[in-house]
Amino acid sequence: MSEFDLTILFASIVAGAAPIVLAALGETITEKAGVINLSLDGTILLSAMASFVIAYETGSLITGFLTGAVIGGIVASLVAFFSVYLRQSQVAVGFVLTLMTRDLAYFLGNSYSRIQGPQVEPLHVPLMNKIPFIGPILFGQNIVVYFSVAMIGICWWYLYRTPMGLNLRSIGENPKASFSRGINSRKMQMVYSVCGGMFVGLAGAAFSLSTKPGWGRPQGAEGTGWIALALVIFGGWNPIKAAIGAYLFSFLQVMGIYFQGWFPSIPAQVFQVAPFPLMIFTLVIMHLTQKESVLSWAEEKNWIKSVLKMFSSTAPQSLGKPYKPD
Amino acid sequence: MRIELQNIHKHYGMIKANNGVNLTIEPGTIHGILGENGAGKSTLMKILAGFCNQTSGTILLDKKAVTYLNPAQASTYGIGMLYQDPFDFPLLTVLDNFMTGLAHGLKNKKKRFKKLFLEYSKNLKFHLNLDTQVKNLTIGERQQLEIIRLLALGIQVLILDEPTTGISSIQKEVLFTALIKLASEGRSIILVSHKLEDVEALCHSVTVLRQGKVSGKMNAPFNTEKLLKMMFETLPASPSRLKNIPGKKIIHLDGISVKGGRTGLKDCTIKIRQKEIVGLAGLEGSGQGVFLRAAAGLTNPYRGRIHVQDSELSGMDYRIYRDRGISFLPGSRLEEGLITGLSITEHYALKKKHGEFFVKWRNVEKNSARGIDLFRIKGSIESQVEELSGGNQQRLLLSLLPPDPLLLLLENPTRGLDMESMLWVWEHLQRYCESDTGIVFSSSELDEILMFADRVLVFFNGRIIKNLKTDQTDIHTLGRAIAGKN
Repeated sequence: MSEFDLTILFASIVAGAAPIVLAALGETITEKAGVINLSLDGTILLSAMASFVIAYETGSLITGFLTGAVIGGIVASLVAFFSVYLRQSQVAVGFVLTLMTRDLAYFLGNSYSRIQGPQVEPLHVPLMNKIPFIGPILFGQNIVVYFSVAMIGICWWYLYRTPMGLNLRSIGENPKASFSRGINSRKMQMVYSVCGGMFVGLAGAAFSLSTKPGWGRPQGAEGTGWIALALVIFGGWNPIKAAIGAYLFSFLQVMGIYFQGWFPSIPAQVFQVAPFPLMIFTLVIMHLTQKESVLSWAEEKNWIKSVLKMFSSTAPQSLGKPYKPD
Repeated sequence: MRIELQNIHKHYGMIKANNGVNLTIEPGTIHGILGENGAGKSTLMKILAGFCNQTSGTILLDKKAVTYLNPAQASTYGIGMLYQDPFDFPLLTVLDNFMTGLAHGLKNKKKRFKKLFLEYSKNLKFHLNLDTQVKNLTIGERQQLEIIRLLALGIQVLILDEPTTGISSIQKEVLFTALIKLASEGRSIILVSHKLEDVEALCHSVTVLRQGKVSGKMNAPFNTEKLLKMMFETLPASPSRLKNIPGKKIIHLDGISVKGGRTGLKDCTIKIRQKEIVGLAGLEGSGQGVFLRAAAGLTNPYRGRIHVQDSELSGMDYRIYRDRGISFLPGSRLEEGLITGLSITEHYALKKKHGEFFVKWRNVEKNSARGIDLFRIKGSIESQVEELSGGNQQRLLLSLLPPDPLLLLLENPTRGLDMESMLWVWEHLQRYCESDTGIVFSSSELDEILMFADRVLVFFNGRIIKNLKTDQTDIHTLGRAIAGKN
């Protein structure tokens, strides 16, 4: 039976969640601007492969991460361009791209499978990591993890505290009205889709260079893209809530490892798969909070009401419906 | 700023929305643009505001020809337009709506814009809560927000498209006072309307459009008769109110409360009888829509009972209501009433209740051809519904109603129709009442309610605050009641 230590548990949750947080933040930005990028899952794999290969060949981690971001940006720009300028279905384009990029990743990365490559080393923050309990969890990680945590706050600040973020949100709500106010909604949708895509690409790089170092088939990042898409809805298109969802998912994954040790009679696959249905279950509960009957039931119960209010949210009104000028 | 429009043409395919319009507007005046629905007023104003481009013609600002491609460019010349349904962001707060497009950069400027907003609203005597979401505002309040925003952009020419539709008489007073103030500060105001009384109350001069052309101009004081003649070639004769005696009770709403809309519906008790026409008055979204949907069985009340004739139907499926002969026509024709992408014939095919496995297209086509003929729908059996004009869509919806309904529930049945179509619709509806049908309709036009209804229910904030016979009340009493004053 493995040792159970809360510090280690939390530290591994924060570390394991880093790529999921990045992907969920990226998709939140994209969807806030009114574009759904369904190609997440494949994009993560392709950029994970490319980052690993480039980092391996050049020996430079930074070049590896840049490659990931560029690949993510390119795939997202395809989805946005087809939808915003050519008015094709975002769902269809995104879906095809997710399948294509996944197979491309396996095909191109085949010769780099299961080899030892560079990976991000831990970077302890001096002094801060001496704080009991919090220190090792938050300040004994590597730079990718610090980046992911910092981006949660920066994304939120950008979206809700700056005029540029306000313009971004307005496009997702009503691109026609934004256009009439002098905002080039189509261009901005392209820009923010690419931005979001770069985050997703970084998530892929974070997988192959930090969280699950190396490349192979399966890499271990499979399915994360879909989870990130679900987390955006879970988080009600709010970067902080989406990140909380990412940590929750990471918690379920880490607990799976512990449970494997505690209940050896249950097949290991059960614990590997469990986080996915649990996530869906959480989404169902979230959906219940939107229902009229549940709301009227909670009318008198104050604390339930406030919990429900925290979870209730609405999608950007023009999500998936780009504006076509007359 | 002096505005001159010279020989403006705007063609949509074969249709000439504007056909050589000339117009001059002096600075510091309020200028009215009058005309029936479809006379080309809105198109002309959209051209001036940069929302669409003219096919040919010139726009002169202070004698300089200008071209602009979008509303944002127009606003840099100082021209701004307030649309009938303002372009805003329902889920964002009032402050966020105000700042969008005005504020730039990365610095948090909420405090500064809050101060700016309060200055403008104090000056114009508008009262808006900055932190509520715009979806909770009435149309009148959304207009106020938009006016403040346009002023903050530095607008010198303010165009208002039918601003008095759907707002209370109190909001109208506030709006008119604000407009007079803005004009006295040297701005030009253009008021687009089909309501003579608004134009007469406010404008210094007026231009009348008919069928895409200028049919006359006049300066204040106005001669109503002459204006009417400029608007219509021949004055339409209006049908008079029926003098039917109400028959047996059809539906009894007993203390129902329903959720939905902006306000919901609270504690509503009402009986409706056969041969009766009941008008629902009130500001847009004060509970009329919820009332109609509850009576149609589409939304179930969480409190209270609904009796139809002698049996209780509360909580039952809307299909049971429909089988009893209760029909509902929603206000948004293309969104709820008809199915875009389907043809008139396909709508007739869908109407069949107990359909066989195969559609007998030949029969359906015969039926739909008969319907098109009978209801004078301008279109063919293969026309898709979104190709039809608003009036023809309404005719199609009416033609799809069952022949002898028990109760007709109509949401804004004549919204957006020209005078001729409106009168046609009412003649048709009155024929239903000859044969024991009861009619409940909502309308934002008090004139319409007073003209056709026997009884009027006034809605305010989700409650029915007045239940009056129309021959025992007048437009002023109703106008005050709508705003919640007694």
